[in-house]
Amino acid sequence: MSTQTVAHDQPHASGGKYVQIAVILFVLTALEVALFEVSHEAGPTGFGALLASHFVVILLALSALKFWFVAMFYMHLKFDLKVLRYVFASSLLIAVVVISALFVLFTYNRTLWWATGVWK
Amino acid sequence: MTAAVLDHDSADAHEEHPTSLRIDSRKLAIWTFIGSECLFFAALITTFVIYRNSHATGPGPKDVFEVPLVTAGTAVLLFSSFFVVMALNGAQEGNRKKLLLWLSLTVLCGCFFVGMQVYEFTGFMHKGMGYSTNLFATSFFTLTGFHGTHVAIGTLWLGTLLKDAYKGRIPPNKALNLEIAALYWHFVDVVWIIIFPVVYLMSLFAK
Repeated sequence: MSTQTVAHDQPHASGGKYVQIAVILFVLTALEVALFEVSHEAGPTGFGALLASHFVVILLALSALKFWFVAMFYMHLKFDLKVLRYVFASSLLIAVVVISALFVLFTYNRTLWWATGVWK
Repeated sequence: MTAAVLDHDSADAHEEHPTSLRIDSRKLAIWTFIGSECLFFAALITTFVIYRNSHATGPGPKDVFEVPLVTAGTAVLLFSSFFVVMALNGAQEGNRKKLLLWLSLTVLCGCFFVGMQVYEFTGFMHKGMGYSTNLFATSFFTLTGFHGTHVAIGTLWLGTLLKDAYKGRIPPNKALNLEIAALYWHFVDVVWIIIFPVVYLMSLFAK
């Protein structure tokens, strides 16, 4: 292998670190399901109702956190060259543009989506 | 051309191909491919979100989705990501036993997930939800069907690497072959991390 290239045959992190991430991912998934169960059965008042009113935001935040852990540690973006982060981040940025454009295109003629919200 | 020259060319073909970015070209290629896949799944997920309430005819999300089954599938896919990263760790350390054990578990998880999806889809058919029943069904089957196809392809890919590992063809200096497949596998997992809450949990929660 050339001295100019990055060594791919060296471990990026220890097995212990991967176990830690697996536990975190498992806990986050359990939290997602618990959040769903509590919010789904919630009455009009109380803690359940509070969670239910922020259900979508909390769920998306938990998913984003899981996404970040997998991308950074399991996909080794934290340890690899920064250019790979830029490749992935720019793809995600374009994906956000695609998502926004589709919401506008699909819903423009059906309803005032920004007034009713796509989650309702 | 002599046989010796041919052998030399063949050996070169398996060596790394560094780019001006100091990254092996195959690794850059898989990341670029993953980038394009982000756009593909972004479009499918958005389409599902837009059409998920379009089920005037036939069953809707609340009639067909089963959270416990899909949660089990999600957990299995998450664990498979852990298993494949441990297999890669074994390959990089030159620990063949570790590589074979974790890679076998990853392939098993892939098979379980595909089986889970086949079982789920069969149940939907029995409940009267076919591909063209309504827009909700069409967008759901297109999204999860494509994801399931990706899982099936990943399982086959890792299966061929498991065969290579069994024959001792993945020494530490060839660990990149497994790393590239593992990157694809993690991406498939990452897509499910989005699909599970957005498609299943949010659809069931919606009033």
